[in-house]
Amino acid sequence: MATYRELLARVKDEIDEISTIEAHERLESSGGSLFVDVREPDEWEEGHIPGAIYTGRGRLEQRIEGLVPDKTRELVVYCSAGSRSAFAAKVLEELGYENVVNLAGGFADWKRNGFDVTIPRVLSPEQRTRYSRHLLIPEVGEDGQQRLLDARVLLVGAGGLGSPASLYLAAAGVGTLGIVDADVVDESNLQRQIVHSTERLGEPKVLSAKRTLEGLNPDVRIVPFQERLTSDNVERILADGWDVIVDGADNFPTRYLVNDASVWHGIPVVHGSIFRFEGQVTVFTPGAGPCYRCLFPQPPPPELAPSCAEGGVLGVLPGIIGSIQANEALKLILDRGDSLAGRLLLFDALGTTLDEVTVRRNPDCPVCGESPTITDYVDYVEFCSTPLELS
Amino acid sequence: MAAVRIPPMLRADVGGARELDARGDTVGEVIDDLVDRYPVLGGQLLDDGELASYVNVYLDGEDIRTRDGLDTPVRAGESLILLPAMAGGV
Repeated sequence: MATYRELLARVKDEIDEISTIEAHERLESSGGSLFVDVREPDEWEEGHIPGAIYTGRGRLEQRIEGLVPDKTRELVVYCSAGSRSAFAAKVLEELGYENVVNLAGGFADWKRNGFDVTIPRVLSPEQRTRYSRHLLIPEVGEDGQQRLLDARVLLVGAGGLGSPASLYLAAAGVGTLGIVDADVVDESNLQRQIVHSTERLGEPKVLSAKRTLEGLNPDVRIVPFQERLTSDNVERILADGWDVIVDGADNFPTRYLVNDASVWHGIPVVHGSIFRFEGQVTVFTPGAGPCYRCLFPQPPPPELAPSCAEGGVLGVLPGIIGSIQANEALKLILDRGDSLAGRLLLFDALGTTLDEVTVRRNPDCPVCGESPTITDYVDYVEFCSTPLELS
Repeated sequence: MAAVRIPPMLRADVGGARELDARGDTVGEVIDDLVDRYPVLGGQLLDDGELASYVNVYLDGEDIRTRDGLDTPVRAGESLILLPAMAGGV
């Protein structure tokens, strides 16, 4: 039976180690080495090597394949002094990781050398519980949750699409939600606008939504804009700085205004629209993908573009499309997965079918093309009432 | 023969159908076949014989404007989606 010291010595013989000086050089050269911190959570919270990922020694075997799927990746494992991480390095090799080294001297030696340390912002115990299902997902985790808490999303419209989108974004802990809507809650809204309620009839939608969303999650700050988005106020509203815009407007002038403003401000837009049983949803990423004008250079004439107020909409449809918008917004914030940029999803609730069509950048687009002809806000109401002007 | 998806705002003009079969070797011929049978569609899809600028047509998921427009060949069994913009969000 070996003692701890004998076991440690044997394991150290079987693994490779590098000094903190050498590890620091690897970090500086950004050659792809990934630092894996296997200490206890409280040690991590007091500071860690910049760029390191955290997985406590206790759950290392369970979690590492989710965190680092590539088993050829160069891993530098560390703890405080290099002993716990020696055992961790050994386990990683047994799991098939081919390039694992232990940091001799550990984090204590790293600090002694005066190298940079990152002090992580930490979630409160209440937040750890609230977001526990996010924290368990490798693609989100604590870093991702912090990103969500830091994120600012502007919702245009607190109606059918804005209701589910705002509810899920607030529940997810998106820290700041701006909401633009001039309307008050009407009885005919409640068949689908689930962020409002019967007791809020007559109340401004932005304030009704604020009460619901802050009740759902006190971490979220709601910034209400009780006004219709126009060329006159768009710069003031965007001046607050937003990471993502969720477009759930109900008219073409606002759609084109949101588009032009987002292109000029470089803010991605998660676009959704609904009518009767059908929904369309996509993402416009300025500079990288098509914009709304690339997809629809001109609005249709009014007789071809009835609103939901005129043509109706199945109550659950905005729930589905608005939830997809929330999903896209979360992915954009987390920088994970493949966004809908360049793809338009078409959902048909009657047939329960989902189709996808390709949307390409239009090099002749008047706003995001190679030689833009529209470089400032236009009269969007007039533009949408004279659709053939630019043909 | 191609299957053509009819958007909700045009269904009243085609007797409520969500999808119609139409004949033609090109997108233009398929649309002409539809317009022959439902003349009111002509004013909504076409502008001086060209595809109206506010209507998108997708053949197997690709915008025909990125291919050969109305001259884009249609093979048997391919599906077309007529897609005007929708603004509704509330």
